[in-house]
Amino acid sequence: MTQINSFERKLVNMAEQHNKLVEVENLVTYFPIYSGLLQQKTGDVKAVDDISFFVRRGETLGLVGESGCGKTTTGRSILKLEEPTSGNVIFEGKNLIEMEGEPLRKMRAHMQPIFQDPFASLNPRMNVGNIIGEPLFVHNLAKGKELRERVEDLLNMVGLAPQMAERYPHEFSGGQRQRIGIARALSASPSFIVCDEAVSALDVSIQGQIIKLLIKLREKLGLTYLFISHDLSVVRHISDRVAVMYLGKIVEITTSDQLYKNPQHPYTISLLSAVPIPDPKVDRTRKRIVLKGDIPSPINPPSGCPFHTRCQMAVEECKTTKQELRGVDAEHWVACHRV
Amino acid sequence: MEKILDVKELRTNFYTDEGVVKAVDGLSYHINKGECVGLVGESGCGKSVSAMSILRLIPYPLGVIEGGEILFKGEDLLEVSEERIREVRGDRISMIFQEPSTSLNPVLSIQRQLTETLELHRGMKSKEAKAESVRLLDVVGIPDAERRVKDYPHQFSGGMQQRIMIAIALSCNPDVIIADEPTTALDVTVQAQILELIAEMRERLGTAVLIITHNLGVVARYVERLNVMYAGSLVETGPTDEIYANPKHPYTIGLLRSVPRLDQPRTEVTEVIEGMPPNLAHLPAGCRFAERCSFVMDQCREEKPVLAEVSEGHFRACFYDADKLI
Repeated sequence: MTQINSFERKLVNMAEQHNKLVEVENLVTYFPIYSGLLQQKTGDVKAVDDISFFVRRGETLGLVGESGCGKTTTGRSILKLEEPTSGNVIFEGKNLIEMEGEPLRKMRAHMQPIFQDPFASLNPRMNVGNIIGEPLFVHNLAKGKELRERVEDLLNMVGLAPQMAERYPHEFSGGQRQRIGIARALSASPSFIVCDEAVSALDVSIQGQIIKLLIKLREKLGLTYLFISHDLSVVRHISDRVAVMYLGKIVEITTSDQLYKNPQHPYTISLLSAVPIPDPKVDRTRKRIVLKGDIPSPINPPSGCPFHTRCQMAVEECKTTKQELRGVDAEHWVACHRV
Repeated sequence: MEKILDVKELRTNFYTDEGVVKAVDGLSYHINKGECVGLVGESGCGKSVSAMSILRLIPYPLGVIEGGEILFKGEDLLEVSEERIREVRGDRISMIFQEPSTSLNPVLSIQRQLTETLELHRGMKSKEAKAESVRLLDVVGIPDAERRVKDYPHQFSGGMQQRIMIAIALSCNPDVIIADEPTTALDVTVQAQILELIAEMRERLGTAVLIITHNLGVVARYVERLNVMYAGSLVETGPTDEIYANPKHPYTIGLLRSVPRLDQPRTEVTEVIEGMPPNLAHLPAGCRFAERCSFVMDQCREEKPVLAEVSEGHFRACFYDADKLI
């Protein structure tokens, strides 16, 4: 009897394990600071400081936080565009941190980024066709006529005309450039895409179009997103689950619905209260918790809980004890002494 | 109510290689004494150019204010001498810009930047101006003002820099403050701090404020009246609550629907406005929003609609039946 039970448990575990496309374990990324005449190392910018989470297959995980909290570095470290200091990133069961050279390069076809600034992330000297076709060429996925056809398909998919392949980035508006960036990310048929502030540089009406496109593509191609943004309304809208970051740490991770209905970490609560709602009647009735001061420096983060210097609920314990993520329920994890 | 600033039929063009860009094309709005007004629109709709035109800060000869009137307390700022407009700039009407890091002079101490306005406009002597600069920093909530006044802009965070900009804008106790995207470069929590500060200052000093922004959420709570701008002119204007509750122009409706809201359940796909704003160098005849409008009629492509009242104080520029929208 017990044997069957343990066998069942093993099956469930295996299924759950298979379900996770990306698993991040104790990821740490520090940037060393060198100073003085001899350029000796004098400290670290603790951009990402020991975080763990996973992204399920077909899911969108949102990553929110203010500038400098380490959300972009997290995304870049997962893609190994930044060399993590320590930790593991398991993608499709393989540890990317241990990979290098050819196997890593091959792996990159399966995980692609979409960047924030569509003006800086497209090579101005390449035409759109070459920009979108480059991943296909680099990974030897198509050439000649097949490549051209694939580029045309991709342009269609992101809502641009196939003739545009001949044109150059400067001929396009911000929204169109972001569509080109999306087509490039999709061209090698990846399963995982890191969207780093993918809609932040765009105007409101164009932002809506790109969000709609990203959702449509996710459904059509079965994509998994890590959606990084400082805009809580957008993140909640597009994500299934959301992780909130502060000073290199994840302070809360939960489902999108729970995040708004039942935020637990004082930082999440104040962040939510600061987001304006475009309806004066509703917005005026909301209590705004205005945080005092600025984010402390990640070079020398506060001891204990990193948020204790600005937290209204801080107690003596917060100054000394580091808080680990604790489960409120299976899907809701918070790093706070009150939970 | 007394109008402190009245912009009438303002037209500002830029002469570029591509042709004449009509950045502001027949824009009219006003600000009453002590009122907080919002000007909302997307990038390139001419909202910043209209603000720069008020203080005649348009780079000549590239940009030219072609026509209209800007009445400040009854005086047309477009007609007055260069000396007079210098007296008004920074003294009676002051501006807060979007990027505090680029609007502050990096090689001058904060004190010097504050005392400059005070000495120029208020005729203060150096010592007096220095004391006043410390007081101003204190007012906008910079801790340890006495010491920090000697610091340089790069020693402050973005939020703190914006507080300094506000201190400079407030230094001469102006009648009108024009805040051009004052919080766009800032984080949400800092954005909340700055907006609260502007609201508090306005209440305390009775200054009229024009907040220019692309973010409908930012202004909802603070402004009494809202102007929605599209491709160079207003498409809708009225009391804030009325516009958010009963938008009557398809563009305003689309804009309000295309932003996801935190307080509402997540819907599958937001309704969005398709297409792009028109090229201001090649404006279409008729309504500028026609290309993107889902209610477009033949008339819209031929004739440009003008602002007409739909309910008290609520105007919109659209031909479509106001009750049948949505």
